[in-house]
Amino acid sequence: MRRTPAELVGARPEPGHTIDFDGRPIPALPGQTIAAALWAEGILAWRTTRVNGRPRGAFCGIGACYDCLATVNGQASQRTCLLPAEPGTTVTTQEGHGRADLAV
Amino acid sequence: MPTSPSERPAPYDLAVIGAGPAGLAAAVTAAELGLRCVLLDAGPRPGGQYYRHPAPGLGAAHPERLHHGWSAFTGLTGRLAASTVTHLTEHHVWTAEQGDTWRLHATVGAGSTGSAVVEAKAVLLATGAYERQLPFPGWTLPGVVTAGGAQAMLKAGLVLPGRRIVVAGSGPLLLAAASSLVSAGAGVPAVVEAGNYLGYARGLGTLAANPAKLVEGAGHGARLLRGKVRLRRSSAVVEAHGTDRVTGVTVARLDAEWRPVPGTERRIDCDALAVGHGLLPQIELATELGAETVLTADRTVALKVDDGLRTSLPGLWAAGETCGVGGADLAIAEGELAARVIAGAPVPTALRRRRDRRRAFAGLMAAAHRPGPGWTDWLRPDTDVCRCEEVSVAAVREAVEELGATDSRTVKLLTRAGMGWCQGRMCGPAVACLSGSSELRPDSRPLSCPVPLAQLADGS
Ligand SMILES: Cc1cc2nc3c(=O)[nH]c(=O)nc-3n(C[C@H](O)[C@@H](O)[C@H](O)COP(=O)(O)OP(=O)(O)OC[C@H]3O[C@@H](n4cnc5c(N)ncnc54)[C@H](O)[C@@H]3O)c2cc1C
Ligand code: FES
Repeated sequence: MRRTPAELVGARPEPGHTIDFDGRPIPALPGQTIAAALWAEGILAWRTTRVNGRPRGAFCGIGACYDCLATVNGQASQRTCLLPAEPGTTVTTQEGHGRADLAV
Repeated sequence: MPTSPSERPAPYDLAVIGAGPAGLAAAVTAAELGLRCVLLDAGPRPGGQYYRHPAPGLGAAHPERLHHGWSAFTGLTGRLAASTVTHLTEHHVWTAEQGDTWRLHATVGAGSTGSAVVEAKAVLLATGAYERQLPFPGWTLPGVVTAGGAQAMLKAGLVLPGRRIVVAGSGPLLLAAASSLVSAGAGVPAVVEAGNYLGYARGLGTLAANPAKLVEGAGHGARLLRGKVRLRRSSAVVEAHGTDRVTGVTVARLDAEWRPVPGTERRIDCDALAVGHGLLPQIELATELGAETVLTADRTVALKVDDGLRTSLPGLWAAGETCGVGGADLAIAEGELAARVIAGAPVPTALRRRRDRRRAFAGLMAAAHRPGPGWTDWLRPDTDVCRCEEVSVAAVREAVEELGATDSRTVKLLTRAGMGWCQGRMCGPAVACLSGSSELRPDSRPLSCPVPLAQLADGS
């Protein structure tokens, strides 16, 4: 058996919970971001692009690239690498842009 | 305390933007020298990129196993807790207004829903860096992540993007990333480095003056050897394969100009790729106000500072990666140095020497990993340059060759490359290169992050 990241740092997490991803329960640990919870389940894509409909997920992991956008609790275009996976968080694959009222 | 315009308390003596190694060192030093200091950071915990660490809920008993020099960080956070510094987490400063006092406008909260204005007599910009990307066919596939992103997700979330992860690009971060991935249980079949590391040999004196860096490098090297990781120099990933996620990469050798050498391609199976070509200083808060910049040895744009780390704008200082990428030790030294200058305290000779040595080493690293002009040969017409707006190489080349664009700004207007959510952070270097402009200018980015329109209306 190979080592896991949790074993490396001797993690003893507080009790976990689940978030909802497209109707499917996904385990999450307290303090993990949504993107981290999805990666832990082997899920790497949760958005399709506006022009070519291609799958995308987290790329930069630090809030800079905006590739990890998803609809979170009904709010479109949220950066899942920044938002915590809280108990009951609902994440929906975002199709296309879903540009909210933001200025860039 | 965050302020609202109606209840304006006295401005702080110093606002430090960014709680990475540079900003942390600056804030605690300034407070210990008697300044009223506020420290703002977009993230929920101090540490910045280098000292990114798991949330308390993950119960990590040994976070230091993912870091070199963890005690330097616990030293800083201990001083922070004991200090008078007002630490505002999840405050992303989107613009800085200059006047008699500085007014910093920030979005508040992980979802940027709140807002705050903070006033201060002086500002220190310690906003760090983000990674430079050079596109290649397949780089938008799920499973292709940035090298620093893989580090960040591992350090904070204790997760990996795959089980067999190729690490590629250029720069010292690749070795650090590969070393952590291996320690955390991932297989790393290869570290693919475009540079040849010969540049380091030309700077042996500088290397000898930075023994800590050699020890750190040796630590990575030993872990990589134990993990049976192969370092391929003068090579690049020229394509990532897969339909809905990456299943393998093609690696080719590069000539001295970074042109792929035909016939040298070989395929490596993997389920993830962590890629990056060094770091770009994050300086838009200053450049939008007209701060002067310098070009670093690896062709990135950094803030121009004097030996007291003053930028060209009165009342604005910079420390760490904003003055040119150079690592956590340098960032700490510069944070401390800037704070002393701002507080009017003397700068100890040993501190200045430490800083100058680290800066020299940074220059050496930058030169050794400067991208060669031939990298564009691995692009194909249908490769996306701009990930956000899905603008292809063919579209950018058309703007340049047929429509006569000669710089990034014109290419952007003609193609939308760089106009999406990330504001050109991912495609900027590639677009600048393809547009053939010899002059590198700071990217134009009026707001540091997308801001809810209601906050924009309030703030002005
Ligand atoms: C993704 C990534 C991973 C890295 N991993 C490593 C590594 O493993 N090993 C290594 O040696 N080096 C790593 N580095 C290099 C890193 O830059 C370090 O050298 C070091 O952290 C630099 O310190 P700093 O204080 O200058 O900036 P940083 O550590 O980058 O800190 C900057 C801080 O400013 C905050 N910030 C930025 N903009 C704003 C704003 N507008 N408003 C409010 N806050 C803001 C950020 O949230 C961040 O906390 C990494 C870099 C990146 C980009
Ligand atoms: S992964 Fe880049 S913004 Fe979230």
